[in-house]
Amino acid sequence: MASVTYDGATRIFPGADRPAVNKLDLEIADGEFLVLVGPSGCGKSTSLRMLAGLEEVSEGRIRIGERDITDLPPKDRDIAMVFQNYALYPHMTVAENMGFALKMAGVGKEERSTRVREAAALLDLEQYLDRKPKALSGGQRQRVAMGRAIVRQPQVFCMDEPLSNLDAKLRVSTRTQIAALQQRLGITTVYVTHDQVEAMTMGDRVAVLKDGELQQVDTPLALYDRPTNLFVAGFIGSPAMNLLAARAAEGMADIGGYRVPIDREAASRMTGAITVGVRPENWRLVSESEGGLPVKVTVVEELGADGYVYGTCDVEGTPGTVVIRTDTRGAVSKGDTVYVTTDPEHVHVFDTESGTRLSA
Amino acid sequence: MSAASPVVPSDTTGLAPSAPPEPSAAAEAKRRLSSPWASLAAIVIAILWTVPTAGLLITSFRPVGDINSSGWWKFFLDPNVTLDNYRAVFTGDDVGLSTYLVNSIVITLPAVLIPIALATMAAYAFAWMKFPGRNALFVAVFALQIVPIQVTMIPLLSLYVDPPFGLPQLAGANAPGGGFYTIWLSHAMFALPLAIFLLHNFMREIPGELVESARVDGAGHVQIFTRIMLPLMVPAIAAFGIFQFLWVWNDLLVALVFGGGSLNISPMTVRLAELSGTRDQAWHLLSAGAFVSLIIPLIVFLALQRYFVRGLLAGSVKG
Repeated sequence: MASVTYDGATRIFPGADRPAVNKLDLEIADGEFLVLVGPSGCGKSTSLRMLAGLEEVSEGRIRIGERDITDLPPKDRDIAMVFQNYALYPHMTVAENMGFALKMAGVGKEERSTRVREAAALLDLEQYLDRKPKALSGGQRQRVAMGRAIVRQPQVFCMDEPLSNLDAKLRVSTRTQIAALQQRLGITTVYVTHDQVEAMTMGDRVAVLKDGELQQVDTPLALYDRPTNLFVAGFIGSPAMNLLAARAAEGMADIGGYRVPIDREAASRMTGAITVGVRPENWRLVSESEGGLPVKVTVVEELGADGYVYGTCDVEGTPGTVVIRTDTRGAVSKGDTVYVTTDPEHVHVFDTESGTRLSA
Repeated sequence: MSAASPVVPSDTTGLAPSAPPEPSAAAEAKRRLSSPWASLAAIVIAILWTVPTAGLLITSFRPVGDINSSGWWKFFLDPNVTLDNYRAVFTGDDVGLSTYLVNSIVITLPAVLIPIALATMAAYAFAWMKFPGRNALFVAVFALQIVPIQVTMIPLLSLYVDPPFGLPQLAGANAPGGGFYTIWLSHAMFALPLAIFLLHNFMREIPGELVESARVDGAGHVQIFTRIMLPLMVPAIAAFGIFQFLWVWNDLLVALVFGGGSLNISPMTVRLAELSGTRDQAWHLLSAGAFVSLIIPLIVFLALQRYFVRGLLAGSVKG
C-alpha cells in the first residue's frame, strides 16, 4: 500500500517537438482509484507507463510512497500492470501466467500455487487454471490478466484500458467488478481509459489530460458540475454539454440576440467573446411566448428512463446539434419546434479565448 | 448437367444486383490449386521426382553383377536382394563409410547448434534491446549475407593457420580437435548473418506487450529470453535448424577447404565424391553410400517437422 506522486514528471519522445507528458503534478492517495482520461494522444498511457517504468522520465520525479522510483527498472518498483490487449504468455497455462511474477520473485512453489488459487477463486477462474490462453474467451482472458496483477499483491496497480477489448455488455459488468475488487483489495490503482463513462463510474478521482497537460483532477461529480475549462466541459458528460458561442452583454450572455441570464460571479468577470455551456438535463422546455431558444427537433431518443431530443437551432452561435434531456415521454416528436431556456445556476460560462471557467 | 445448358449466364444485361465480388488473386490461385486436376498434376510430379530416389534405393540392394549389367527397373523382373553393398560400404577396409558417417555427425551437430545459440541471442538483442549503433550494426550483419563463401576462404585459412593476438592455431599439423574447429567455426560464420536476420524478423513479430509484461512481472533480459522468447521461437528455430542441417550435411566445399583434405575429419560428402571419382565402376558402393547419406537428413526433417506449429502466439494479445 502506498501513495503515488508525480512531481513535474515530463516525457519528451526523441524527435518530438512537444512533450508527450508535460510537467505532470499529481498526488494519488493510498488506496485511491485514480482514472486518467483524455482523447487519444493526450499522454495518459505515457503517464501510466512512466509509473510502470516502461517509459523513461525525461524530467521530474515519480515516487511511490516515500520511495523515489524515477530511475528504477520495472521489476524493482513493486507494481503490477494490466495491458489493453492482456499480453498473456501464450505458451503458459493460466496458472503459470498468474504465477510468473511470483516465480521471478523467487517465491516457493507451495506458496505460489496457494496464492494463484486464491486469486483464481476471487476471479472465478479456478476451473480454467490448466488451460492455455488460446482456449479462453475474451472475458476470461481479461480476468487472467487481472489475476496476474492481483497475485502479485503489489503496491500499485497500473491498468491501461483493460476493458476496451470487451463487448459492450461485458464491459459494463466488468467495470463494476474491477471497481469492487479494487475497493476490497485497497490497492492504489491508476487506471487509463479514453471512455469518460468508465472514468466517471470507476474513479474515486478522475484526472483529465489533453495534449500532455493535466487539465483538471477531481471527483467525478465535481468534474461534471464545475469543469475548469472548455475542454473538460466538452469531454466529461454523455451526451456532451451544449456549448454555445455568446457575447458578454450587461451581465447577461447574448446568444445571437437571445439573452441568457448567468450567475453573478461570471457576470462580473466576463468580457467580449464567451462560451456558454448547458448540460442536456439543464434545459427547460418553455412556451414560445416565454422567449426560449427555438430548436427544431431532428431526432428523439427514448431510452425509457429518460429521453434525449436532438435538434438544430438557427440562432447564430449555437452548435450544429443541440441536445436536450427531457422526460416528456413521447410528447415531442421529429419535426416539432421546441423552445428551451435554462437557469443561471446551471449555466457554465467560459472565456472563449483562453477556455477558462468564469462561473463560480 | 442438363442438355444444351449455356455456359454464358442467361442474364447478360449487366444489371444483376448482387454480382459476386471479383475473387482476389490469392483466392483464385487457391481455388485452382485445390482442383482435382491440380491434385493429379501434383501426384504426377511427386512420382516423377521420387522415381530417381527409388531407383537409387533399389540399386543399392542389388548384387554387383546385376547393377553393372542391367537398369534398376529390371529388378522387378528378376528380384535379387543383397545387403552386401551396405556391408561393404560400412565395414569394407577400403571404404569404411561408418567413420565418415560419424565425422558428418560430429561436424553437423555443432555447426547447427553454434549458429542457433549465437543467432537467437543476437536476434534478441537486435529486436528488444536498445544500444547505440544498433541499426547500423544490423544493416551490416544483413549485408554480410551477400558475401560469397569463396571470397572468405584464403583470408580465413590464413587466420586459422596464423592467428593474430597470440590465439592458438586452429589449422595445420597440430590443430586441436583434429581440425574440426575450423569446420565448425567456418560453418557457424557463414550461417550467422542469415540466422540472425531470420530470427530477428521472427522475434519482432512477437508482441512488444509480452516483453513489457514480463519486465513488469520482474523478469530481466535473461529470463525474458529463456522463458518467453525461446519457447515462442521454437518454429523459427526448427526451420532454421533444418535448413542449416541440410546445408552442412550436404556441404562439400567448406569441409574440403577447411578440413585440409585430411581423411580422419572428412564428412560423407568428401568420401562419396572420392568414391565416384576414383572408382567409376563402383556403382554398388556409391548407391549404398549415397542412400545412407540421404536417409539421415530425412530422419532429421521428419523429427523436427512437429515443431512447425502454427498459431503459437494465439491467445496472447487481442488484436
